[in-house]
Amino acid sequence: MTLDLHAVPLRRSPWRLWGGLGLAVLAWVVAYRVNGPLWRWVVDDLFGFDPNSRWGAALEFFTYDSVKILLLLGGIIFAVTVLRSFMSVERTRSLLGGRREGVGNVAAAGLGVVTPFCSCSAVPGFIGFVAAGVPLGITMSFLIASPMVNEVAIVLLYGLFGWKIAALYVSAGLAVAILAGWVIGRLHLERYVEPFVFETTLRGQPVDLSGPLSWAERFAIGRAEVGTIIHKIWPYLVVGIGIGAAIHGWVPEGFFVQYAGPDNPLAVPIAVGLGIPLYSNAAGILPLVEALHAKGLAVGTVLAFMMSVVALSVPELVLLRRVLKSRLLGVFVGVVAVGILMVGFLFNLIL
Amino acid sequence: MNIKVLGSGCVNCQTLEKRTAEAVHLLGLDAHVEKVTDYAAIAAYGVMTTPALVIDDQVVMAGRVPNVADLQTLLGATR
Repeated sequence: MTLDLHAVPLRRSPWRLWGGLGLAVLAWVVAYRVNGPLWRWVVDDLFGFDPNSRWGAALEFFTYDSVKILLLLGGIIFAVTVLRSFMSVERTRSLLGGRREGVGNVAAAGLGVVTPFCSCSAVPGFIGFVAAGVPLGITMSFLIASPMVNEVAIVLLYGLFGWKIAALYVSAGLAVAILAGWVIGRLHLERYVEPFVFETTLRGQPVDLSGPLSWAERFAIGRAEVGTIIHKIWPYLVVGIGIGAAIHGWVPEGFFVQYAGPDNPLAVPIAVGLGIPLYSNAAGILPLVEALHAKGLAVGTVLAFMMSVVALSVPELVLLRRVLKSRLLGVFVGVVAVGILMVGFLFNLIL
Repeated sequence: MNIKVLGSGCVNCQTLEKRTAEAVHLLGLDAHVEKVTDYAAIAAYGVMTTPALVIDDQVVMAGRVPNVADLQTLLGATR
């Protein structure tokens, strides 16, 4: 017997549903437009800060950026969650089953972007993929792309840096996921996966409860997701924007050009090395990345820093240790780090 | 009735466990709510997104945390 949440129909008139959505979109657009001028007025005119002074610049950055990022996040998460309610990890897995390496890695990285998947499910997801016969390297492509190239990262990069950088980040992230997964597959490291993974037998039908949902239910899931994610990441956001604001106010213009400009070959490795133990998500790290870039840190260096923070983190590695032996975990970190390094150097070279 | 909450101990899993217990209490069911945290056991159910809810060995919900009212309906429908 299969049943799911539409055993619980949400009843609401279509007028209220779509009218409510229209009003919310309108309110969002107005708030987004008013945000900049409003804070400039509050900080400069109401409180009398000189916009060129340290406190003035820092306060304006903090207030304006907090609201802007919250608005962007709320809007994006809602839209993407509603769209993603048409996809599921189970469907992705059946799309990937029986794929050959190469094509399979490309498909896995692409699906990693669009499939709703939280890194907290990385372990059951990994077991589910591998036990169902998805090759190890293809599974890895999925697991690398999923946290690194996601809707939050894309839209925030677009909002803060423009579409060129956003497009560069997406293509670079996909390339790293495809190549790293392909290399791991070629190395034939299956013996370094904990044996219980292969011994797991999947009984019964694969679960897919993404079923036919009504729009009201999809909207409700979207709203809930906005609440959950913002609740989860706001501490990262406040810290990230706070550090960003301090950099804006106190770090001299062009400071990083001197120490970590595009000509310094050590800048990218140091940025990647610093990023691994740091744990944050795209939303928390971007305000910091924006401030660093504004003070002259090269694009390749900041993007490499961001990728290493979101794609490689100690908590996720601890989780993955349950299914991967240390040897394979080491290869995973190494291959991904090398991919990110190459991206950083390449961007610093061509931009 | 045997109810299992599948999840590795993340916040969502704890919330689901709490709400399930509450729904069971509200419905006055004679049910045992069990927690499954072993990854192999979770994966064996075919579940890839946690938390998930299993009633009498059938997966009825995965990957989200319904509210208490929805859980009551789910539990009631299976009874």
